Formats: sequence, C-alpha cells, structure tokens
Amino acid sequence: MPLYHTEDQAMLAESVTGFMADEGGIKKQLRHWRDINCKDGFGHGLWKQFAEMGLTGMLAAEADGGLSMGHVEAGIVLAEIGRNLTPSPFLTTSVMGVTALNHASDDLRGRWLPGIIAGETVLAMAIDEGAKHKPEKIACRAEKAGNGFRLTGAKDFVIHGTSADAIIVAARTSGSDRDADGVTLFAVPKDAAGIGHNAVRLVDSSLASHVRFDGVELDGSSVIGEVDGGRAVLNKVLSAGRIGAAAEQTGVAGGAFAMTTGYLKTRKQFGKLIGEFQALQHRAAHLYSELEIAEAVVIKAQQLLDGGSERAELMVSVAKAKAARACNLAVREGVQMHGGVGMTDEYDIGLYMKRERALTEFMGDANYHAERVAQLSGY
Amino acid sequence: MSELEAFRAEIRAWIEANCPEEMRKPVQGEDDICWGGRNFVFKSAAQKAWMEVCAAKGYTVPDWPKPYGGAGMSPPEAKIWREELARAGARPPLSSFGIWMLGPALLKFGTEEQKVLYLGQIARGEIRWCQGYSEPGSGSDLVALQTYGEDKGDHWVVNGQKIWTSYADKADWIFCLVRTDKTNVYQGISFLLFDMTTPGVTTKPIKLISGNSPFCETFFDNVVVPKHQIVGQLNRGWDVAKYLLGHEREMISGAGGGEQTSTIGKVLTRNGLDDPMLRAELAQFDIDALAFAACGEKFLDEIKVGKAHPAKPNMMKYAGTELNKRRHELLMAAGGSTALEWESEETRGGAPARSWLRTKANSIEGGTSEVMLNVVAKRILELPGA
Repeated sequence: MPLYHTEDQAMLAESVTGFMADEGGIKKQLRHWRDINCKDGFGHGLWKQFAEMGLTGMLAAEADGGLSMGHVEAGIVLAEIGRNLTPSPFLTTSVMGVTALNHASDDLRGRWLPGIIAGETVLAMAIDEGAKHKPEKIACRAEKAGNGFRLTGAKDFVIHGTSADAIIVAARTSGSDRDADGVTLFAVPKDAAGIGHNAVRLVDSSLASHVRFDGVELDGSSVIGEVDGGRAVLNKVLSAGRIGAAAEQTGVAGGAFAMTTGYLKTRKQFGKLIGEFQALQHRAAHLYSELEIAEAVVIKAQQLLDGGSERAELMVSVAKAKAARACNLAVREGVQMHGGVGMTDEYDIGLYMKRERALTEFMGDANYHAERVAQLSGY
Repeated sequence: MSELEAFRAEIRAWIEANCPEEMRKPVQGEDDICWGGRNFVFKSAAQKAWMEVCAAKGYTVPDWPKPYGGAGMSPPEAKIWREELARAGARPPLSSFGIWMLGPALLKFGTEEQKVLYLGQIARGEIRWCQGYSEPGSGSDLVALQTYGEDKGDHWVVNGQKIWTSYADKADWIFCLVRTDKTNVYQGISFLLFDMTTPGVTTKPIKLISGNSPFCETFFDNVVVPKHQIVGQLNRGWDVAKYLLGHEREMISGAGGGEQTSTIGKVLTRNGLDDPMLRAELAQFDIDALAFAACGEKFLDEIKVGKAHPAKPNMMKYAGTELNKRRHELLMAAGGSTALEWESEETRGGAPARSWLRTKANSIEGGTSEVMLNVVAKRILELPGA
C-alpha cells in the first residue's frame, strides 16, 4: 500500500483540516477554556460537533453504529488536533477507549458506544502507575468478591479522569505485579462508590487525575474481554494510544514549524529578514527533514497496525519515539527562533512547547520506546 | 487475485526459477557487484548468467520502456519487482551509473537515436559509464566549471580536467559537463557524451583516506567530440545536469530500495558486548534508520505519482548520508580495537575501518550536506535570500 493518503482519506483530511482550524483554533478552544479555568479543560460543544462530523465513532464497528475506520483515519484527525492544540477527549475516548470496547461484550458496547458516537460520553484511561509510563508492571488489584471484583489501588496521569463517564482501568486479577498474564481491563462507571480523584492541571492546561480506588465494587459485566487475559487487549489499546499520540505530535510539530518559518520570513533584525541568515536556514532545513521522516514513519506504523502486521508493534514504538524527538526539536527551535516573544504567553509558540512535553510523556517517552525497539529487535 | 497480486506471483516464480543460488548471497565486496561494460570481467558464470537472463527480459531496467531495453513496468509493478528481489535476497543483476543517472536523463532529454543506441547498451550491460562533473576548482560550486569545448564546426575540441570521476579508469564512455560558452555561467554549459578511448583522454586513480578508491582524476587534451554526441540543447546542459543530480541524490540517499527492515543493534550480541550506553545509542540509531526507511518508501511512492516536491531528493540525500555516517561510527564503536585492523584476514582487509572512512564522503559527493540544506531552505521552505 503506498505511503500516502487514499482519495477517501484525502477528502477526510480536507474536511477535518477546515473544521479544526475554524472550530478548534487556539483562541476559541485552548486559550478560552484555560483562561476561564474550566474544570474539564475542553468544550463539550466541540465534542458534540466532533460527533456530528462522524469522528467520535470512527474506530467503532459499523454494526455498532461506527465507521469501521482505522488508525490512518484517526491519525488524520489527531494531526489536525495537534496542529491547532485543540483540547478534546478524542484520543482517550474515540481512539483508546473505543479500541478497548471493540473487544468488549455486546452489553458493554451497548452501554458505552452509543454515547461516545453521539458525542455525549467521555472515557478516560487508567493505565499508568507512578510518574513514568511502565505498563509492564501493574500493581492496582481487583480481587474476586462474590460475583464480581473489588478494585483497590492507585492510577496516575489519568487524562480527563474527572470529566469521564467511565474510566477504563488496567488491573491485576492474579499473579505478581510484573507478570504479563493476570491482567484484566474494567470499564468503571464514574459514580461507583470508592473512587477518589485528585485532579491537577498540567503544564499544557489539560487536566489529569491521580485516581484512588478504595475497594470499588464491580460486577462481572464491567470486565472487558477475558478475566486474567487482558494483556492482549491492553496492548492493542496501548498501540492505539501510542500511534495516536505520535500522529498528534506530527501535527503539533507541523503547527510549530509553520509558525516558525512564518516568523523567519517577517521578523527583521540587523536590517534583514532573520530568515536570510544561513545559521537559521540550515537549522530550519534540518528540522524540515526530521519532520518529514517522522510523518513518514507515523503513516507507515498506522498502515501496519491497520493491516494487522506482525511488525506493527515495533514500528509503533519507532514512530512514537521519532515523532517525540522531531516534535521536541520543532518546539525548541520554535521558541528559540522567535526570540524574546517566544517566551511570552501572548504568542502561541510556547503553547506548542507545553503540549509537546505532555504528549511525549503520554504512553511512553522516546527513551521508553527506544528500550522497546531494542527488545523487540532482539538486543 | 488482483492483477498486481498475479504479477507478484509471476515475478516471484520467475526469480525462483532463474536466479542462481550464488546470486542470492549478500554482496560481500566490490567484485560481487556486476557493473557490465566492454572490459568487465565477470566474477563467476552465475553472475554473468543472472545479468543476461534479466537483460533478456528487460529486468535490468524494469521501469524503462520496452523499445529501450526495459520491461515497461508500471511504478507499482517496479516496486513489486524490487520487493521480490529483496524477498529472495537476490542481488541486483546489473548496477551502473548508466542505469541510475544517465538513463533517466536520456529518457527525458535524449533524441530517439540516442535512446535506442545508448539505453539499449546500458540495459544489456554492454557499456559502462562514468560521470564528468566536478573539477578541482568547482566542487560544491559546480557551475564554475572550466573544462572547455571549442566549436570546430562538426565537432568540439575539449580541454580541461575533471576530478572525483568514479571508475573513470574502468568506464567505456563518459557523460561530461563542458563549457561551450564562456560568457554565460549557467547557460554556457553543454552535456556531452564521448568514448573514454578517444585520443587525449587519460585517467589517474586517487588514493583516499580509506585506501584505494574508484575515484580518478580525468584529463582531456584536445579530445574530439562529434556534435551529435550532445544531450539536450547547446548551452543548456545545466538543465540535464540538475535533473540527473536529482537521480544521483535519490541513489545516494538509499531511497531506491524497497522496504528496509534491518537494524544494527544486534551487533551488540554478535560481538558479545554488555554496554548499556552503546546499546542506547544503537537503539536511537535504529529508530532513526527505520523511520528513514519509511521516509524513503514514502518518497518513492510519491515520486511515482508526482506528489513529491521536486527538491525533496535534496532532503533525502542529506538525511540518508548523515545517517549512514552515524551508522559506521557506531559499527566502529561496537567493533572496538578489532575494527581498527587495517589489513587482517578477520576484518577482510580492514573492511570496517575502510567503510567507515569511505562514508565520510557520502555527505560531500553529489552535493554536500550544507548545499543540500541550502537547497531545502530556498526551494522547499522558500526562506528569503536563500
């Protein structure tokens, strides 16, 4: 399959690009919700518009009311979200959450998917424990209790945790913390007794929750997939989140880069446009090269994931690491080349730097994925 | 089965039936490469047989039109051909500057007679070409070249010197940039073809930091070149040269291959190393290499349908060559003192060190990394004054 968008995908990209620039722009969304100190950090009105565009259920099966699309299509949306720094629950809900639910029972899908597709329901993912992504270790426990389970433990970096109607929790149902087996995924409704939140605003103005589960009673119907066999589904959810975050980072990088080259063409110092200086030209050209490579490996990994290739997991980690490094370079060069105004809150370039940092940390940073690439490559 | 799937099955079966076992082993050294040409000595009967069986089907130049010795494959078919070659581990049947560089330029700028004559010879491996571009005083600033062809009616008399002429001492013919108008810098250069056995042509190999090299100095002393041996219009050779350089950059950038999946991190286990810092560097490299391979694949896909920016080869050349230099730095580090050996049997005559040194030229030849960045800044980013 050629590594560029098909005609259908190009049409989707065109409509999403226009929509996100108009409705998801920085002033209208990110700055607005940040400046009024919104408790969600995103707009439910926009989430509804996502639904009207058919985006919220794009990864859900047609039989469930979705569009049966893949990660290439989801990545098109995420790149535009990234370019406009649009705060939304799309990645956690429509990409990771729906990927999990696609492996759930009819009952669970029936309970959550219609709301997601309608733009009324939001999901959060409770995977990380501690400040660094390390899903190989899961200590949060769900003990058998009667016909169901009792969930006890803590989760961190739960994006949209307090806004979510349900939290999808990766918990241990057997074995020890580092076992691959013995993991089970649960869809935990927000009003279940025993959930405690400590919601914190992050550097990029998004809201993440430290969630405590204090003997939360769950019935068997909240289990996604098989009891003790959740690792396979979790891995699919992780791959979806990782390639999604990578796609969003290519958008963040692209947005920052466009802003920066624009500045190089208008800012004058020493009687010249600063873009005339070769010291800056070479850095900008190098950055362009890195961004092109990152975009290419992201679409490659998306296609492999959609095609069910055995190389998908490796290439998703390659893509997440590459996109993170390229995007990081884009925002650092962006702020530096903007000079003093790059440090002001008034200019948007700093917002790109903040978002990059949060996205890099989400679902494993470049070092985490480099370690995975080494392991998956057999060294 | 779709048409392309059927095509793939056909190609796969053909390679299986026709590629000799010996031609499915990895290329070890220079003499494993089949260059063709009047004076080429085949290393083995298998090498000769593989080239000839491919040439007979047009598979040495699969995407060239059939009348010019190709197989007339469409872009997706040619991609399948490359993928199936890689899958079988089969060596390219024929490698040459004629295929990579002159051929594409002739297809675009050549006369019908030139196409039939030269492209056919290239496709059948009968003529080996070298490239006369750089001169001692015009490296990065190629357009400053001084080699001059004086108009003598039905021919030019060429005088001057070229440098970095790869395989000039082995080539049969040269495609050469020659100044035909001293008053016009860009529109005073012509693209001439001539036989290296023409009286007045001499070559002298250049020894590099890596040891003996394919590069030569080439001298022209009153070399007579008939007028019909010009490609494109008089004084418009720069257009041909630029087009050809684009292809050269694609080749150097390594974008010409199929899907690359190899990583180098395993050198750690092969060499029995337990070095966490080197392992981390290797992993970072493998990420960049796999990502670049995807970029090469995407570039090739886009170029076939006209979606690639015309200056994109410059970016690919820059990124690919810098990556290759880094690769060899890491291989040297992983090799330790063994990799320093210059003449030992274990290192096949110092192959690691020689390769490492040779790669330093990657970001110089065919346009330096700095020139590539200039071109990207000007033509793609459209930065002012670039």
